[in-house]
Amino acid sequence: MKTPEEIFEILKAAFGDAIIELNTKSPFEKVIIADPLKVKDISLFLRDNEALDFDSLVVLSGVDDANGEKVEEEDGYKSIKGGTLSIFYHLESIALKHKLTLKVSVPRENGEAESVESVWRSADWQEREVFDLLGIKFLNHPDLRRILMPEDWEAGHPLRKDYRNPEFYQGMKVPY
Amino acid sequence: MIFDTLSSFLGNEIIAGIIVACLPLFLVILPYAIAAVLAERKVSAYMQDRIGPNRTGFHGVLQPVADVVKLMLKEDIVASNVDKPLFNIAPLLVFTGSYAAFAAIPFTSIFIGTKLDLGLIYILAVSSFVVAGILMGGWSSNNKYSLIGAMRSAAQIISYEIPTFLVVVTIIIITGTTNLTVLSDYQTSYFWNWMILGGPSLGVVKFLLIPFMIVGFVIIYISTLAEVNRVPFDIPEAESELVAGFHTEYSGMKFAMFFLAEYANMFAVSALIATVFFGGYQSPFGYLGNLMGIKWLIPLEQLFWFSVKGLFFVFVQMWLRWTLPRLRVDQLMTVCWKYLIPFAFVNLLIVGLLVVL
Amino acid sequence: MALKTEEMVLNMGPQHPSTHGVLRLQVELDGELVIGVRPYVGYLHRCFEKHAEAMTYPQVIPYVDRLDYLTAMNNELSYVNACEKLMGIEVPERVQYIRVIMAELNRIASHLIALGTYGLDIGAFTPFLYCFIDRERILSLFEMTCGARMLYNYIWIGGLSHDLHPDFVRLTREFTQQFRPHIVSLNNLLSYNKIFIERTANVGVLPLDVAVNYGITGPMLRASGMEWDLRKNEPYAVYDRFDFDIPVGKGTVGTVGDCWDRYFVRVLEMEQSVNIIEQALNQLPEGDVFSAIPKRVKPPEGTIYARTENPKGELGFFIVSNGSVNPYRVKVRPPSFINLAVIDAISKGCLVADLIAILGSIDIVLGEVDR
Repeated sequence: MKTPEEIFEILKAAFGDAIIELNTKSPFEKVIIADPLKVKDISLFLRDNEALDFDSLVVLSGVDDANGEKVEEEDGYKSIKGGTLSIFYHLESIALKHKLTLKVSVPRENGEAESVESVWRSADWQEREVFDLLGIKFLNHPDLRRILMPEDWEAGHPLRKDYRNPEFYQGMKVPY
Repeated sequence: MIFDTLSSFLGNEIIAGIIVACLPLFLVILPYAIAAVLAERKVSAYMQDRIGPNRTGFHGVLQPVADVVKLMLKEDIVASNVDKPLFNIAPLLVFTGSYAAFAAIPFTSIFIGTKLDLGLIYILAVSSFVVAGILMGGWSSNNKYSLIGAMRSAAQIISYEIPTFLVVVTIIIITGTTNLTVLSDYQTSYFWNWMILGGPSLGVVKFLLIPFMIVGFVIIYISTLAEVNRVPFDIPEAESELVAGFHTEYSGMKFAMFFLAEYANMFAVSALIATVFFGGYQSPFGYLGNLMGIKWLIPLEQLFWFSVKGLFFVFVQMWLRWTLPRLRVDQLMTVCWKYLIPFAFVNLLIVGLLVVL
Repeated sequence: MALKTEEMVLNMGPQHPSTHGVLRLQVELDGELVIGVRPYVGYLHRCFEKHAEAMTYPQVIPYVDRLDYLTAMNNELSYVNACEKLMGIEVPERVQYIRVIMAELNRIASHLIALGTYGLDIGAFTPFLYCFIDRERILSLFEMTCGARMLYNYIWIGGLSHDLHPDFVRLTREFTQQFRPHIVSLNNLLSYNKIFIERTANVGVLPLDVAVNYGITGPMLRASGMEWDLRKNEPYAVYDRFDFDIPVGKGTVGTVGDCWDRYFVRVLEMEQSVNIIEQALNQLPEGDVFSAIPKRVKPPEGTIYARTENPKGELGFFIVSNGSVNPYRVKVRPPSFINLAVIDAISKGCLVADLIAILGSIDIVLGEVDR
């Protein structure tokens, strides 16, 4: 049973710069922040290392940090430029009974992260959902397409803080 | 006998023939089909701890009238890509196959639709029209679900005709006749003379035959359940898998024909089993008419006993429908080819040996 | 000369009697054998997570009800659990006990629907109605408490919306006493029926390592052999005070992890829920259920992931708070969504009828899959 600090030490020793920091700002969980493009190797290490043995990805969530610059456009609508989007991975080891929260941040425009679908198959649909609702592309995902919105939805990614509904979708008026 | 009296009364054989042909249709089958629709719903309701239709008339007695009126007034939807001639003929074939079987079933000793010497074989042959109708219905609906349902149904009905026929051949070996009236008369009054209990002969052979008769009865009951597409063999119309199988695309009067044909078929096979194994129209206890010396009461009593037996088997079919789950297609075929047919063959051989010896 | 055959793509479309909601399954068939299944979800997407960002924390509770609408009490308990951890609220004991009783009653109701509709999928029409008789009794108990039969808005942050009706304890005891024999009769009618066993044993076997890798939780995971129940492994509310077993699939009539095991684990869980309810009724303390409800829910900044055991699996809420009265982000970990993803892996090489059986044994509710 390992604490987040011990896991952070092990990961830092194995991956060096790809592990950025151990964030303790939230009073409820300690979050390890990592590099989005190395997250697959880190996950493979987390799963296969016997001392860590994280065999289960509990939930993969995307969050819009909305920490970019608020730009006012012509019709009074505020869009956000720059800044990051984050992905939180909550991992768990059933055998060794410890948990870990991993976080990666990707740039808002054309953000990309490595897919961990080959490590934990439960990430398959959850990454598709993050792609659908937030617009983060996952590299090497076998089937990255929209899952909850209709597949031909062109008006953006709904869960972003500056998302606006389109006027028309396939000829139907959207605002009710 | 009714034919003879009618033709001598009217002086014209053709009209008499038509009337005799229509009699079972209007006197027996239509009232029965209407009552069966209501009975199914009430029986299923009471088994499921609820009351069935009870607002239309006293205890729902007018419900079938409402159903029939609804089906007649419904719009007859024909999808655009169907194969129109086949689509329209399919319900007719299914209807015909079911109703034509009633021509050879002896309801009482004085009335039978046609005096066929090959009554048994005729019934089994004519029931096979249904296969052609189902295949046509499934194919012409231009719908993958219907096609799957129709193919499964064809395979099922054709396979299950074999055990039915084998058991029927067993009976033919014992009684030596295929004429259903003669068969019923052979099992003279009193239930220990019925085929299920070995037939009217005396002696050791009768008692030796009993277990094989019972096995034969079970086999034929299961096979005829499959012939009429009832649970546990109702894959062709499996609601939860294929929406409604081969009759998905039918509505209105055409659907009504499939629907009523199913109930008629149920009664036809129940009547067949009752005739072959349970004495047909013979009473189990002797006739009141004989006791009281009123001769014309006997055919009515026979009609009564025949109906009771037929309806009892129909009731058991409904009972099974609401109790058992459904078999999967390959399990259904396994039951037929690996279990029923070998048992039926062995049964036939042993009965044949017993009769010869 | 070999006949050319081609694979057929069959759409078990959004409207179908057996897909438990608006789910579209694109099935590739080779005759009757299934080669691949591709689920298409999203027909019931109602943008729950986006709505939650515009409301205050207590206002989200009716929306949480509507995620998996058959297990509304459990959903509320999960969300309120997460919020109370964020705020650091200690709820009175009476509130905890009542929440447990409601959650377990709702667990029985949800499993009754799962079992009834599973029988309907297999072709047995009568168990469906028998299950619904008992479910009606549970729903009238709920109606007596909070006025609603299906979507309750009963469990609030820090307490409950109403205290128990004076007759509730007596009527619930009557219910539990008459429910136990019903489980026995359900077993006789359906579970041990030879045809039902033929249809479900050795069908859709889910091996344990595949289950863990796919993130499966709930009765599906327990049927594959792992004894993992959040009520025992990470107790929340007052579950650590009750004595109950965790049913695990043992492959009694087939292989471990087949459809029959998943079905039977749910039957056994209903029995354990009845045990929990009886113990909770015996231990129910007095108290005020409204005392700990805060006037204003304004949690400190931070992120938290809190989870509970829903009848369908592990329901968790990942809440990101930025110190205001509205949650910044509410992410739901939906058990049905994650359980559904495994259907392609376990249905290779089965027949169409088996696919229906497998889908029924996963026990999804589209409200949760699509949110």
